[in-house]
Amino acid sequence: MTGYRLQLRNLRKRFGDLDVLGDISLTVRRGEFVSLLGPSGAGKSTLFKILTGATEADAGTIHFDGQPLATRPSPFAFMPQHDALMPWRRVLDNTTLGLEVQGLARAAARKRVQPLFAEFGLAGFEKHYPAQLSGGMRQRAALLRTVVQQREMLLFDEPFGALDALTRASMQRWLQAMWQQHSWTALLITHDVREAVFLSDRIYVLRGRPARMLTEIAVPLPRPRIDLTSPEASAIEARLLDTLLNQSPD
Amino acid sequence: MSIVKLSMRLVTSALLRAAPAALALGAVVLAWEAYALFSGISPTTLPAPSRVVTQAWEHRLALLDNMLPTLAATTIGFVYSLLAAFAFSVLVDFIPPIRRGLFPVLIVSQTLPLVAIAPLVVLWFGFGLGPKIGLVALVAFFPMLVALVQGYAATDRDIEALLASMGAGRLRVFLLARLPSSLPYFFAGIRISITYAVVGAIFAEYAGAAKGLGIYILNAKNNFRPDLVLAAVLVSSALTLMLFGIVVLVQRLVMPWDRLERRSP
Repeated sequence: MTGYRLQLRNLRKRFGDLDVLGDISLTVRRGEFVSLLGPSGAGKSTLFKILTGATEADAGTIHFDGQPLATRPSPFAFMPQHDALMPWRRVLDNTTLGLEVQGLARAAARKRVQPLFAEFGLAGFEKHYPAQLSGGMRQRAALLRTVVQQREMLLFDEPFGALDALTRASMQRWLQAMWQQHSWTALLITHDVREAVFLSDRIYVLRGRPARMLTEIAVPLPRPRIDLTSPEASAIEARLLDTLLNQSPD
Repeated sequence: MSIVKLSMRLVTSALLRAAPAALALGAVVLAWEAYALFSGISPTTLPAPSRVVTQAWEHRLALLDNMLPTLAATTIGFVYSLLAAFAFSVLVDFIPPIRRGLFPVLIVSQTLPLVAIAPLVVLWFGFGLGPKIGLVALVAFFPMLVALVQGYAATDRDIEALLASMGAGRLRVFLLARLPSSLPYFFAGIRISITYAVVGAIFAEYAGAAKGLGIYILNAKNNFRPDLVLAAVLVSSALTLMLFGIVVLVQRLVMPWDRLERRSP
């Protein structure tokens, strides 16, 4: 036993001539919030595709709770980059989607999701269509859809990338509060340095094409984090930016 | 909202939007009326619009009698066509090689001129309703099939990836994502097809029929009654508009989110 929830070792992936993942190794412990920080197009999303089974790695191993990933049911609930809400389903039926796919009857799925609407700031919007929600509400609905699947680990692919700065900041605070309360295990992909520092326990910094780990940085800031004005936070941010900007431009 | 209320609202808003077009049309009709009245042209060459309308009213029973078979051929043929288009689209979506085999054949079927096939079909299969349904189905089929296939392809990749991450199989993804995604395209195809269907039915009847607007038009022309030809045209236009309106109404009911989507940025 390794004690890790998720452990990736020497993951590699090519698409034809394109070397996407160089040599990726990372670990996530139970209840830990880990971020993968890197420039856009650095193969971060490919990593998630491998984890969710949409594509296969060429080399390397993935273990979850000490078992090879392929030998167990998927432990991941995935939140894609854009909210991917179905415009033809009402908000309530969007949030039950994962449960329905798991085979739960629609009525039972609704019963399980409905009590969570207030906590996610969506009370009263159950019967609305996604087009009637604000950007922040859409993201919260997408997150609700993700967490009600009750999987062991959450995967976030730049969940707030499409939001305006103010909404993004409030969503980050809200996500932090939710995460503290529910002690989720989470892996976040982002290219936003502040977002990574604000939310993470640890940050892996990637460089792109092919993606390789540059460094791993712990974020020992106390929670809840209100803003990132402390000297420690600024130092971490500066170090991350420095690492990202000074990578060899090959 | 009740269907009656919704249709009323649709009609009112359609009337408001149609006002400029109606004015233009009214001007043309007025000019036509004036020309027919003052130029001394014979009514067997160019009947005045007023004459078309009064003759249409006078022959309303005959027109209705001939409109019903056209309506039957159109709707039955259209429904068959819709079912066939849907069945083929599912087949093509699940088994892509079929697409390569099938589409060239279907495209060729669309190049056959109706003027040539319609008499042949009547020659082979007779004057009954069956061959007309077949011809209507043939002309209405392709736009709906293309629309459906295109609609499936337009499914949001993120939604498909999300469903895959939830463990959904191919059939689940089709039912939960691809099929609903195709609806706006499908309805666009249906709107085109329904107008083709009416034209197809009239053409089929023109080639030979016991009753129907097509054969009515042919007989009126042969009897030197352009006023009755135009009266039949009026009826067929009204028929097409009515069917088109029904499609729009059904679309509103089936896709209540569609208008919200278009209203929001």
